Amino acid sequence: MSENNSFVRKEMISERIPPAADRGLVKWVRENLFSSAFNAIMTFISLWVIYSITVAVIPWFLNGVWDAKTVRECYDLLDGKSGACFAVLNERFPQLIYGFKYPSSEYWRPNLATVLLIVALAPILFRRLPRQLLIFSAVYPFLAFWLIWGGSILTSVSAFLGCAIAVICYRRFSSRSFALAVLISLIAANVWWIIGGYIVDLNASFLSLEVVASRDMGGFMLNLLLGTIAVCLSIPLGIALALGRQSGMPIIKWICVVFIEFIRGVPLITLLFVANVILAFFFPPDTSIDLILRVLIMMTFFNAAYIAEVVRGGLAALSKGQYEAADSIGLDYTQSMRFIILPQALKISIPGIVNVSVGMLKDTTLVSIISMFDLVGMIRGPILSSTDWNGVYWELFGAAAAIFFVVCFSVSKYSQWLERQLETDKR
Amino acid sequence: MNTSELARRDKFQFSMLLNDKRYRSYTFQFFALFILICAMAYLGKNLLENLAAAGLNISYSFLGEPAGYDINQRLIEYNSQSTHLRASIVGVLNTLLVAFLGCIAATFFGVTAGILRLSNNWIVAKLMMIYVEIFRNVPVLIWILIIHSVFLAFLPQPKAFRGENPEATMLWDAFAFTGRGFYIPKPVFYDGSFIVIVTFILSIVGIFAFRYYARQKLYLEGKLLETRWTSVGIFFIPTLIIYFALGSPIGLEYPELKGFNFKGGIHARGSLISLWFALSIYTGAFIAEVVRAGIQSVEKGQSEAAGALGMRPNFIMNLVILPQALRVIVPPLISFYLNITKNSSLALAVGYMDITGTLGGITLNQTGRAIEAVLLLMLFYLAISLSISAIMNVYNRSIMLKER
Repeated sequence: MSENNSFVRKEMISERIPPAADRGLVKWVRENLFSSAFNAIMTFISLWVIYSITVAVIPWFLNGVWDAKTVRECYDLLDGKSGACFAVLNERFPQLIYGFKYPSSEYWRPNLATVLLIVALAPILFRRLPRQLLIFSAVYPFLAFWLIWGGSILTSVSAFLGCAIAVICYRRFSSRSFALAVLISLIAANVWWIIGGYIVDLNASFLSLEVVASRDMGGFMLNLLLGTIAVCLSIPLGIALALGRQSGMPIIKWICVVFIEFIRGVPLITLLFVANVILAFFFPPDTSIDLILRVLIMMTFFNAAYIAEVVRGGLAALSKGQYEAADSIGLDYTQSMRFIILPQALKISIPGIVNVSVGMLKDTTLVSIISMFDLVGMIRGPILSSTDWNGVYWELFGAAAAIFFVVCFSVSKYSQWLERQLETDKR
Repeated sequence: MNTSELARRDKFQFSMLLNDKRYRSYTFQFFALFILICAMAYLGKNLLENLAAAGLNISYSFLGEPAGYDINQRLIEYNSQSTHLRASIVGVLNTLLVAFLGCIAATFFGVTAGILRLSNNWIVAKLMMIYVEIFRNVPVLIWILIIHSVFLAFLPQPKAFRGENPEATMLWDAFAFTGRGFYIPKPVFYDGSFIVIVTFILSIVGIFAFRYYARQKLYLEGKLLETRWTSVGIFFIPTLIIYFALGSPIGLEYPELKGFNFKGGIHARGSLISLWFALSIYTGAFIAEVVRAGIQSVEKGQSEAAGALGMRPNFIMNLVILPQALRVIVPPLISFYLNITKNSSLALAVGYMDITGTLGGITLNQTGRAIEAVLLLMLFYLAISLSISAIMNVYNRSIMLKER
């Protein structure tokens, strides 16, 4: 037996690596880039596109001139080479960001307001942060008003105290009746504002910053200002409109429907025309409300109508059982909306609300058409028409596009992250 | 609780207006209406006072006065002596023109990019993702301005086409792409062209009739007729026969270089081209996302089930996947078409004379009739939006899942 034994393997052979065509980079390339003849052609076309863009852009970018006084000087420095004239961004940077009238000694104020904006938004955006920070978020709007527009801090303090009094009154009476609580808090706040107005007038110079008029604001600051305020104001208004549209009371429902459909049916630019030339006719003859405020009113209405439609989608997506369950445990309308319906509906609506709001921020550039000097307005107006920088379209519009891209892209990424965070029903 | 107590409760009391759910809604609505009427009256009073103070009135007679300005891109006859009304109509047609062209091109860009984003080719999918993200996150106004300056900067001026050895040449001697706009051949209709057009329309009707007949045949007798090549045949053959039999009654007028500019043909201004391109490529990025979501919304099981039934791939696509994907795609697609129409009002930025540029721009500034002009402008856009959303509602109802 032993001299004729067949071969018996005692130990395992170590695994052999797969053939070269089936592993690593080669495999990936074969599967993802050259899986068929058509795919191979597409790959080559894409590579050619990437190549031609790179060849055109990279030298233009690398040869860029950052230090020059005029566009002529720029071309002289470039000496016929292909290159960007980034010097315009360097020289006109304050104009692009703050507009051309904001006093340059006060640039720290909008800067500080922006930094504080991030601090104020942080606890709203990230739920892990300590809740006490929300107090700062509540104070922030009043602080930002003082920082950006200037004047005495007492104006902001008085406005804030009025709101605080309203909230306290509401808390005190809301257990009795919602309507009563709202009424009392409105009255209390207005009484305080009347008293506060006198106090402010007496001490107009207390902790006073240099007053900057609305029409002196410009640049990207104006875009950010309009976008942020319009979005913040339009979310509550939009929710109210959506609830009104869902309501069983025909008159209230039709008021909301007409408002929403009218606003959604016309382009924003016509609403800005209204703000620019018509709205003033509707205010009492002796008042003058400045353009930025009129634009803000129209933008808020515009955004609110779109948010209302998004929220309506969220409300419609809830099953009828949720409404019935809320009714059956004896909650009244405000309670059932506050504790049962809206938390769920708003969660569904978040991506939509963020999309609409990013759209609003982008649409703030339209104010350049009614000759306000936002980022685009600054570029098209004072910068491109100046003799120094005539014809440097690419660098300026490229920079504007880049600024908007960074802001809008990060906001939409945040909303995707938030959507994943709020997914409580899926594991 | 005895019956008398119940009866007493049911009798109307004044406090029930606030405390009883059945009557409370009347109170709310009454107050809402009251506040609305007060607000309207207040605004109306202010308006009248302001108008009186400024010595203005509301009147549409300015529409009949001569406009006195020129519009370079127009579809109908217009000169500076025409009325403001006619200028507005030219503007309306220009708006509809750019919106129509924009919708077609945006659908093309969007569908292509949406399908390519799902491609299994990594580099193509990534490129399309970059396209979508870049265009979605930058304001359309900036894109319009960038693309307008691209056209001005990179396309040759008409004078570049001159001389023995020109820097630029026309495409097939028929198309000239210049910085001042595109020049394309213009069809010219001679006697008998009417018959050719009628034949063409009839053959299109014929294609639909034939397809209907083929489907009936398939359902009733189970016979599958060849439709594709027959349709192509019906489309071309009768029209071509009539066309040549009548001795080519439709000709083309080619643009020609005369002096420093092109003459003849259709001249699409640079502003129209750049606005069209910018709107369509911007909206295309949004449509791409919708198309992608629509295709992904159809579960894989659907195509596998169809395959298990023995359907061929193009049947699976046409009969199973597309009808389900379209249900998701079409409603947002139509609202993007509406967006193109509304965004075309940004024509103002590149000097294309659409309705916002004529009625809301020069007419408004010349006559000072701000309220009237802006009201008309809004009514125009509102009419378009409402009619499109009415069509959309009909469509939505027709494709709604027929279950339960």
